[in-house]
Amino acid sequence: MKALWKKYKQNKLAQGIFLLIYIGVTSLSLFLAQKSVTAFLLLLASLLLLYFTSFKNLTKWLIAGVVLVFLLPFTASNGDGYQSYMEVATLVGIYISMALGLNIVVGMAGLLDLGFIAFFAVGAYTYGIFATAQANNFMPFGHFPLSGESFWIFILLGCFVAALFGVLLGIPVLRVKGDYLAIVTLGFGEIIRIIFNNLDRPLNITNGAMGLSSVTPPRLFGMDFIYPSQFYYVVLVILIFTIFTVLRFEHSKIGRSWKAVRENEIAAQAMGVPLVKTKLMAFAIGASFSGMMGVVFAAKQAFVDPTSFTLLESITILVMVILGGMGSVPGVILGAAVMTILNLQVLTEVTNWLNQLSTSGAISIPDALSPSKMQRMIFGLLLILFALYRPQGLLPARNRKYNEKALQKGSKGAAGETIPEQSPIEKAQEV
Amino acid sequence: MFNEVLHTIPQVLIDGLTLGAVYAVIAIGYTMVYGILELINFAHGEIFMSGAFIGTAILLVLTGIGWVSSLPAIVMLIAVLLITAVLTGFLGMGIERVAYRPLRNAPRLIPLITAIGISFLLQDIVRFIAELKKGNYIVTGPSLFTHQLSIKASSVSSIFNDATIKTSFVIVLVTAVIMMIGLDLFVNRTKWGMAMRAVAQDRETASLMTINVNKVISITFFIGSALGGATGVLFAVQYGTIDPYIGFILGLKAFTAAVLGGIGNIRGAMFGGLLLGLLEMFASANLTLLSHGIFGAEYKDVFAFIILILVLLFKPEGLFGKPVTEKV
Repeated sequence: MKALWKKYKQNKLAQGIFLLIYIGVTSLSLFLAQKSVTAFLLLLASLLLLYFTSFKNLTKWLIAGVVLVFLLPFTASNGDGYQSYMEVATLVGIYISMALGLNIVVGMAGLLDLGFIAFFAVGAYTYGIFATAQANNFMPFGHFPLSGESFWIFILLGCFVAALFGVLLGIPVLRVKGDYLAIVTLGFGEIIRIIFNNLDRPLNITNGAMGLSSVTPPRLFGMDFIYPSQFYYVVLVILIFTIFTVLRFEHSKIGRSWKAVRENEIAAQAMGVPLVKTKLMAFAIGASFSGMMGVVFAAKQAFVDPTSFTLLESITILVMVILGGMGSVPGVILGAAVMTILNLQVLTEVTNWLNQLSTSGAISIPDALSPSKMQRMIFGLLLILFALYRPQGLLPARNRKYNEKALQKGSKGAAGETIPEQSPIEKAQEV
Repeated sequence: MFNEVLHTIPQVLIDGLTLGAVYAVIAIGYTMVYGILELINFAHGEIFMSGAFIGTAILLVLTGIGWVSSLPAIVMLIAVLLITAVLTGFLGMGIERVAYRPLRNAPRLIPLITAIGISFLLQDIVRFIAELKKGNYIVTGPSLFTHQLSIKASSVSSIFNDATIKTSFVIVLVTAVIMMIGLDLFVNRTKWGMAMRAVAQDRETASLMTINVNKVISITFFIGSALGGATGVLFAVQYGTIDPYIGFILGLKAFTAAVLGGIGNIRGAMFGGLLLGLLEMFASANLTLLSHGIFGAEYKDVFAFIILILVLLFKPEGLFGKPVTEKV
């Protein structure tokens, strides 16, 4: 058995055939079945299988692109559940992007941020205010709501505004460390939420707890974006941009500085890493992804109110990062996808199923037990169990190993295979 | 305007002291644990909340038994306080054993994450039980002390308005002060208190002096959590209605109080708690007036956070703490 597995691992052709059969079967079942969540999830899981194959990176990206751009929307479009699948897929994309942003701050730079949702809120309100009549209340010039074409500019604007807020938060936070940083960011997140909740007086900017409704849908070439299946492509483009940016950052100079600061601030400073710049960059870049997705979120929901930006949301994103593996890009993507699907699909499906059972009288489950209310318990348990038993997450981060001799010769290809990053706990145990 | 502010002073003082006493006792729990382990016990606010629920549950059960309900309210309160304190004390010890001890040598981020996890878990378990038993997670306890007192502050000076207090205010304040004095004596006068101070100063050296470090840490968690749980009961008695999410904001403010007084410093935490309670009540009573209606009382939470951030930025060692420099 073991030998067979080993053989399979080396045989690219076998892997390719297996993957092809898998994708074929799942997409066919999604195409034929009217409403099958399982088939949808299994098709998404093919991306995980793809990650574990030993193809070249380019091949993997191409296959993933084909699956996400053509296969998934096409096969899902047949059933009744098309828009709800696309809704889930869109939200998965939004959360992955945010989790990747938080991963830069927490996973790479080691700065625990418990108010990360604030940047998402900033992005959402940036678009929400100007794409509704709300801005008429305080803007001396211009006519609002802005037309749907401005959405594309607002994606960039949301990115910059969130980055600005990231720096504004970062400047005072630089003086505090570790646990205090967590508390200050938590306070910052709450402050932002309370301010958005109360900024309807003296000047009505955010419309307070009532929220902003009927946000103008984005428009491109005369086509309004209303359905999740359309937003799916917007999110996909931003997500791919995010993933490429994060991957490029990870092994760049700034990425290595983040990791150095995470391991030991004083030592990093002694090695010439500019502490202030590095930390501020982490905050700004992490926040900017979140801000972009905030704009998309506001346009997709067509409604923004402060209750979408509570501490629970910040913790949800943190759970995604911890679950996937702090500092590991593929891990965080997996973690975010798993958590979002768990939240949106699995919990509601199980709740519906239990409700059906109790109405048919098979068993009686009290309302308090319904799984969709158990979010906090599930998140709490995941945090504790992963911190205790698998602090490196599902797909641990890997460090690039450099071939020293090749580096000395100055030849290319010095960056060889990647090796698993040593978990901090193992390190502590060695000492 | 100044006169109007003065009018409210007696009521602000009374409400502020009550709230401040609650903050102070919870802040002690944060400060003790931080002093010994250098860990922010995020779950402490939830222990306070559990205490409030356990206390209310016991009260509800006791008032249901015929002969017990005829006992004087104060006897009942003391009994409930003691039972709740012991239960939450063990809860705190259990949390330390399960979630913090295995991670004592891990990087500081990791125990903080388990602490958040524990606090979410506790919130949901309490919500779950309350909803199962009562049908709703917002619980109103039996009111023990309904008697109202009126202080004729206007007879002292005409610029003050009269203030009203519930009898429970006196009881909350007295109990909180007794707890604080008791703790102060315990830490400064007893052998175990000495052991605690020793462990806080240097864990390894203390263990060389035949101090059982694990036991001392367990006891610290027990005392801190017992105090927190007992305060929860006082809170429930004073304010009547409780829900599983009170612990978070209140815990955060108590932490602010601990930082304000200098984290690790028990007397500082008491002072910080009282100060923060007074400041917050003053703000919620007068913020609208002072800012000409721009900022309403809704901003009182923001106010507490801003104090926290300012203290951390400009005087991170707090009012009574000693600054520490990090060495390599």
